[in-house]
Amino acid sequence: MKRDAHATVVALAVLTLVLGLAYPLAVTGVGQVAFHDAANGSQLTVDGRTVGSRLLGQGFRATRYFHSRPSQTDWNPSATAFSNAGPNGADTRAAIAARAAAYLRLEGRYDSGLTRAAIPPDAVQTSGSGVDPHITVANARIQARRVAQVRGLPLARVDRLVDEHTDGRGLGLFGEPGVNVLELNVALDQETAR
Amino acid sequence: MTTAQGWLQVGLFCALLTALTPLLGAYMHKVFRGDAILASSAGRVERGFYRILRVDPGEEQDWKAYARSVLVVSLGSWLLLYLILRTQGIHPFNPAGFSSGPADLSFNTASSFVSNTNWQFYAGETTLSNFSQMAGLAVQNFVSAAVGIAVAIAVIRGFSNRSLSTLGCFWVDFTRALLYVLLPIAFALALLFVSQGVVQSLAPARAFTSLEGAEQAIALGPVASQEAIKLLGTNGGGFFNVNSAMPFENPSGLVNVVQMLAILAIPAGLTATFGRMVGNRRQGWMIYGAMFAFFAAAVAIVYAAEAHGSPAQHLAGIAGGNLEGKETRFGMPGTSLFAVVTTVASCGAVNAAMESLTGIGGAIPMANMMTGEVIFGGVGSGLYSMLMFVILAVFVAGLMVGRTPELLGKKIGAREVKLTMIGTLAAPLLALVATAAAIASGHGLRSIHNGGPQGFSETLYAYVSQANNNGSAFAGYTGFVQPNAPGNAGAFGLTFADLLGGGAMLAGRFLPLVAVLAIAGALAGRTAHPDGPGTLRTDTATFGALTIGTILLVALLTFVPALLLGPVVQGLTDRMFR
Repeated sequence: MKRDAHATVVALAVLTLVLGLAYPLAVTGVGQVAFHDAANGSQLTVDGRTVGSRLLGQGFRATRYFHSRPSQTDWNPSATAFSNAGPNGADTRAAIAARAAAYLRLEGRYDSGLTRAAIPPDAVQTSGSGVDPHITVANARIQARRVAQVRGLPLARVDRLVDEHTDGRGLGLFGEPGVNVLELNVALDQETAR
Repeated sequence: MTTAQGWLQVGLFCALLTALTPLLGAYMHKVFRGDAILASSAGRVERGFYRILRVDPGEEQDWKAYARSVLVVSLGSWLLLYLILRTQGIHPFNPAGFSSGPADLSFNTASSFVSNTNWQFYAGETTLSNFSQMAGLAVQNFVSAAVGIAVAIAVIRGFSNRSLSTLGCFWVDFTRALLYVLLPIAFALALLFVSQGVVQSLAPARAFTSLEGAEQAIALGPVASQEAIKLLGTNGGGFFNVNSAMPFENPSGLVNVVQMLAILAIPAGLTATFGRMVGNRRQGWMIYGAMFAFFAAAVAIVYAAEAHGSPAQHLAGIAGGNLEGKETRFGMPGTSLFAVVTTVASCGAVNAAMESLTGIGGAIPMANMMTGEVIFGGVGSGLYSMLMFVILAVFVAGLMVGRTPELLGKKIGAREVKLTMIGTLAAPLLALVATAAAIASGHGLRSIHNGGPQGFSETLYAYVSQANNNGSAFAGYTGFVQPNAPGNAGAFGLTFADLLGGGAMLAGRFLPLVAVLAIAGALAGRTAHPDGPGTLRTDTATFGALTIGTILLVALLTFVPALLLGPVVQGLTDRMFR
């Protein structure tokens, strides 16, 4: 018993130093040097000003921008929470229906053939993190019509920008392709400014 | 709709896991035989550690001494972590100035990490300082995992030791698990994660103005280092509240696969270590096969259910899969796989909102936990819990053919079967009693977020998860009320849920652990009889099927009524509830 108590105290002291401080500090040191950009949140800068992170979605409301997925946290990346909307929740149905109506109202103006059944699920269901950086390609194709018309760009040009900012599957196999909304919108601004 | 590409992802993951198992299993076998390393120059660190611990690496402990060492180190860890959480306000590395945790919540969190559960009633990035995350939680991620591995190795020795009636030395197994398994793999994983975009920085949050002019901040922290051990040790407590759904924890489809492999690597690998240590690799593969059968079936059901979509979205006129609470980059297959991986292993990390899974898609993760976390399970605890079910299967088979039950040549006596019953029934009993107490007494109702059967599911999930040391949640269920105020002034815990859950986690961890050590102690040194013509072979597919049947029977008989009241109701109806 006494031996175990001694070993416990010494072990916890040593392990707190090694695993609690040395290990994370070593990872921080190597990470900051070898992968500086990634270790600091993959920040995206435009004209020397940080406008966000490539990995974090943000809220877009202007019609000239592609819109991110709905967020339960108003796209706040420093206090994340799930929506916890249940699959049989009356609130869930109402929220989805309201978002679908808004989506139809907005995008339908630029694509008269758009029906409710054709709305991609990611456009009306909140993401896990609330800051999902991606939308599905199907969602982007619908929004591209609006963005192209509002900006006065040819649809083919906008579609090509969508393709350029679509992150494919990992190794071509794992996960799903997604369009990075922030990167795409930054590219659009640069395209229009040119 | 499920897609061929989705099934391909599932198949590839299964193949990768199966390929990794014998490799890691052989490595761990070498580590825990270990004397070659100890004598070599590479063993200098290990020898030095034993010196300051005043431990003789040649020492042998019987099961009682072994269990005592486990309990003492766990108690010490609990006290240290509780103290750190309660005095958070005075520690360094606290850029956001978070205040100390309340007593009830800190009890829950300390119990959660020491029992390798990592249940999150706390919200990571908005209540815990970097110091608490690193020196408090991350250390326990390592320690509780190493304790689990050590106990599994000791239990295997109970089966393999022919002449010794001892189980090895806890301090040696514990040290080797940390030094040669957890720390090096975690370090490599952490760097891989950083290279892929998982953040690792001690700087305060970086403020920025979004493209449309919103003032926001990028929360930074030592995430990658904690992420690696969170997965590898089947701990699951995330740096961020939404865990591996947060892009800063899990930034891509590729990292997602690595994370899932990291969760299952050690629990799966230990089946191969078991096979090698008892000198019958087929026996290890039989256990792997039984676990894998459950796993594959669970993935298929969840994937199909989620790809079908939820009643709420169908009634709102939206076709396609259920993406509520899911991230685009993982999609249906990557999310369904993760939900199953994290619940078969007692990990509890999540990459999507479990609460927003469909009725059937949410019932399967619950059922996974209800098996007692034996489908791969937690590091170490999965194997030793599975071995109790193997004993049970041998016992049932013995009754059927009228022979004394034998496992690996050792007779299984009445005492071992009794201890097995304690070990296998402790967690179900805790889970059901706690759920009933929370609902019937009304004290648990404050924790519920959604109404109707969903509220019952939340409660059941909470106590099944905590009693089985999983840690994932239908996250609507809460034990902590957090106002939107700087430094968390005015935050408080929900005492009933915090204490009940904390108690369930501790009992659910240590009752089976002591019971299985006692079984191993009884088996160690027992003479092994050579196989005869009447011996029941336990390394065959037939016996694997019997083991699967035994697990199903125990879990079903115990939990079906409770499952029917919550997730199954939701899965079978299109009705909406408030």
